[in-house]
Formats: sequence, structure tokens, C-alpha cells
Amino acid sequence: MRRAAITLVMAAAVYEGIARSGYFPAALLPTLPAVGRALVEGLLDGSLPGHAASTLSRVLFGMGLAVVVGLPLGILMGRFRPIENFFLPLASALMPIPSLAWVPVFILWFGLGNATAIGIVFYAALFPMLLNAWSGVRSVNPLWLRAGSAMGADEQALFWKVIIPGASPFIITGLRQAFLRAWIAVVGAEMLAASDWGLGWVIFDAKEFLKADLMLASLAVIGLIGFLFERLVFGSLERTTVQRWGMVRAAKG
Amino acid sequence: MQSGPGFAPPHLAVSPPVQGARWRAIARTAFPFVVVGALWEIVARLQIFPPRLFPALEVVASAFVRLTVSGVLPHHAFDTVLRLLAGFALAAIVGVAIGILMGRSRLAEDVFLPLVSMGAPIPGIAYAPLFLLWFGLGNVSVVLLVGFVSAFPIIFSTWTGVKAVKEVWVRSAQAMGADHRRLFNKVILPGALPYILTGLRLGLAQAWRILVGVEMLAAVPWGLGWMIFGAREFLNTDVMLAGVVVIGAIGLALEKLVFQRLEDFTVVRWGMMT
Repeated sequence: MRRAAITLVMAAAVYEGIARSGYFPAALLPTLPAVGRALVEGLLDGSLPGHAASTLSRVLFGMGLAVVVGLPLGILMGRFRPIENFFLPLASALMPIPSLAWVPVFILWFGLGNATAIGIVFYAALFPMLLNAWSGVRSVNPLWLRAGSAMGADEQALFWKVIIPGASPFIITGLRQAFLRAWIAVVGAEMLAASDWGLGWVIFDAKEFLKADLMLASLAVIGLIGFLFERLVFGSLERTTVQRWGMVRAAKG
Repeated sequence: MQSGPGFAPPHLAVSPPVQGARWRAIARTAFPFVVVGALWEIVARLQIFPPRLFPALEVVASAFVRLTVSGVLPHHAFDTVLRLLAGFALAAIVGVAIGILMGRSRLAEDVFLPLVSMGAPIPGIAYAPLFLLWFGLGNVSVVLLVGFVSAFPIIFSTWTGVKAVKEVWVRSAQAMGADHRRLFNKVILPGALPYILTGLRLGLAQAWRILVGVEMLAAVPWGLGWMIFGAREFLNTDVMLAGVVVIGAIGLALEKLVFQRLEDFTVVRWGMMT
């Protein structure tokens, strides 16, 4: 921890030295106090929190849709062979297309703004969710299923008590990957489908006015939100489900 | 999932029962595409949406053929792949070097790990305007950004891989009189290779995911991203969809052809696949 702090302080000092040397224009390479000032100003006048809120709401909405569609479909694919045979080739064909490639198409279909951004987030988050749910259900040890039915569990009990906990490490991994993809997709979609609000739009707009300080401040906010989600949301989700159900070993694999 | 029909040994492919099973497998894979294609065609023919925005499949196909014959589409695709490879090569060289350094030297680990951990959670495309500001519109920014983004997973995986080489292997090699170079070439590199390959795979996927978007932002004259973004101005949905199909095909080819081959030739042969 201390070593990390020393490195970061030294890196900051090197950066500050280069920025102050006057070798590069200050508009392109702002000093750290300037970035800090842009960050504080944006936070105080409410513009950065507003942009962050609209970016987050797009991510959560798109991801929510992806979970609602991808999770049940993935579980059904894992349980029923014909459904797997139908949807797996489609998913494998669509998955290698980066979500950002759809931005121009979605702009034409849904117009500039929220619908396009949410659609791109949905596309980006859908496949990690779907495929992880599918392989999670497939990976449930058949012995557990047989033991469960031998002890008199019906279909419903088997599903909630064996299949869901057994697949949970994969489902959590799916949520994690979905969020990472969604986070990339939303920033790109906001830059391309300009909509006046959102952190991606702020960064892109700041380029037009050579406001590198505002850009770096927004980058810090984007990084911080991503980091917090990864640590707090998914970390605690894992603790309340996977670890409690004693599935940790599988999650590490 | 692991090996496609193309990898089946020839003596298996000609025997009749396998042939039948293979046809059935192909038919099973094709079936969902036929269903979705038919649905698309029906919706397009009924003109529920304006045909300019929702073209029929044969319109997309004819756009694809027209652009391919005139050489426009191959040129776009070629430039995109070239940028991907240039950026990825940069990331592979720098990333593996930093990763190995971090795994072998405590000082390098202390210096790089905090910096890499801080940069990693920021989505690569968020840096795009900054790179455009620093390096201008065009190829330099795109290649540098793609390299920068795909370097993160490569560094992390290489570092993990070098750290994961079993201490016993290193010590027994030293006991048998291996010098530093031999130790590195014969023990550490093969031992870390599965991780390095995973890192390269993740890095390439990461690069591919943002390259198309960056091309749209950077206003490069050629490239698939620019092609589909430019087609938006003229409502050429058919050109866009043809471009999206090519993008998907390149993505699939990268995954299936490049990496599975590479893995067969190195990791599997050295018996490092567990």
C-alpha cells in the first residue's frame, strides 16, 4: 500500500514537472491543480453529478433489460437442448460484432439520444449475461441433480435449491463482464450519438473547446464509478450469494 | 466448441457415417439463421418500416457485392485490419515486456502495478478524445489508442503468468546448471505462456471492441468504422449492414483462426494445457 502511494506520488510529480515545463501547451497538458479545479467546479455546480447520473441511468436501464432477457434465456438454453440448438448459433454469430459498430445503425433506427445509448448498452451486456448463464447451468454437477431428485426434490425445488446456487458463480461473472462491456459501450455511444448529457458526451465536447482539464476530470469520474461498481456492488453481491452458498472454489476457477 | 469442422482430420471426414452427422450438424446450425432471415425478409417486404431504414436482405447482399467488386469494401476492411494489427503488435511487445519485468523484478512491480491498476478500470474509448487532442485526427491516434487499450490485459496476464511459474521448476533448472538465459527461455517463458496467450487473446478482443468506434471518432479516410458511420449521412442502411457483417466476420476469424492455431502450436505441444 505504501509502495503504491510512493509510486503514484512520484508519477504525479513527473507529470506535474512535464506540464509546468512549458514544453507542451497548457491547454493540452493541464497541471494537476487545474484538473483538480475543473473537477471541484464540475462537482459543485452540479454538472458532473448530473452527467454521471444520466450515464449511470442509461447503463442500469440497458443492463436491466439485458438481464431480464439474457438470464432466463441462458438458463433455458442450459436446460433444454432444442432452445440451445436454436439460440447458440445466433449468439455466436452476433457476439464477435463490437457493440459500437451498431451505433450508426441504431442512430438511424432510434434517433440520437437515450434510446440509442440504451440499445447499445443492451447489446453489449446481453451476450456475457446469456453465455455465462448458459454455461453456468450446464456446469451444474449432474450428481447434485440426481442426489436432489433421489431425496425427493421436485422440479421447482431442484431449480431454486440446486441449479441456481450451482450456476451462481457463472451468473455473477456474467453480471461483472456485462457491466464492464456496458460501461465501455455507454461512453462510446454517448460520444457518437451526442445527446447533451452523459460523461462520454462531456469528454467529447471538451475536445472541441480544448478543455483537457475537464476531460481528465471526467476520466477520473468514469474510472472511479467503474472501480466502485466492481468493488462494492459486485463484491457484496458475491459475498451474499456465492460465498454463502459455498461455491467459492468454482468461482475462482 | 473447440474445433470447427475445418479441423477434422481428413480420414475422419470421408467416412460415410461421420459425413451424415456432419450434414445434420450444419443443417442444425443453419436453421436459426434461416428463421431469422425469413422473419427479417417478411418485415422488410411488408414495409412496416421505411425500406431505406430497414432494407430487404437482397438489397444488403447487392450492396455487399457492389462494394466488394468495386474494391471499396476490401480497402476499408484492409485498413481496419492493418490498424488493428499495428496497435496490437505495439501492445503485445510493450505489454509482454512490462509484464515479464513486473513478474521478475520487485522494483518494476512496485512502479508499474499501481499505474496499471489505476488505468485499467477506465474504458479505453473514454481516452479517445484525449488522444485525438494530443496526437491529432488520423492514424497515429487510432493505432496508439488501440495499443494502449489492449496493453492492459496483456500486462496483467503476463505478470500473473510469470508469478505462477512453479518455484520448484526454477530451482530444479538452476540445480541442473541452467544459466539466466536458459532459465528464461526454457522454463519461465514456456511456463508463463498459457497466461500470456490468454492475455494476448483478451487484448486483441479489447482492441477489436473499440477500434471500430475509434475509427468513427477519428475521421480516418478509410476503415470499416468510418464507412458505416459515413453511410449514416446518406441513410445507406444497406451499406451499414453489409459493413457490420464484414466486421462480425473479421471478429470471428480473429478468434477462430489466429488464436486456436497459435494455441495448438505452442501451449498444447509443450504440454502446458491443463
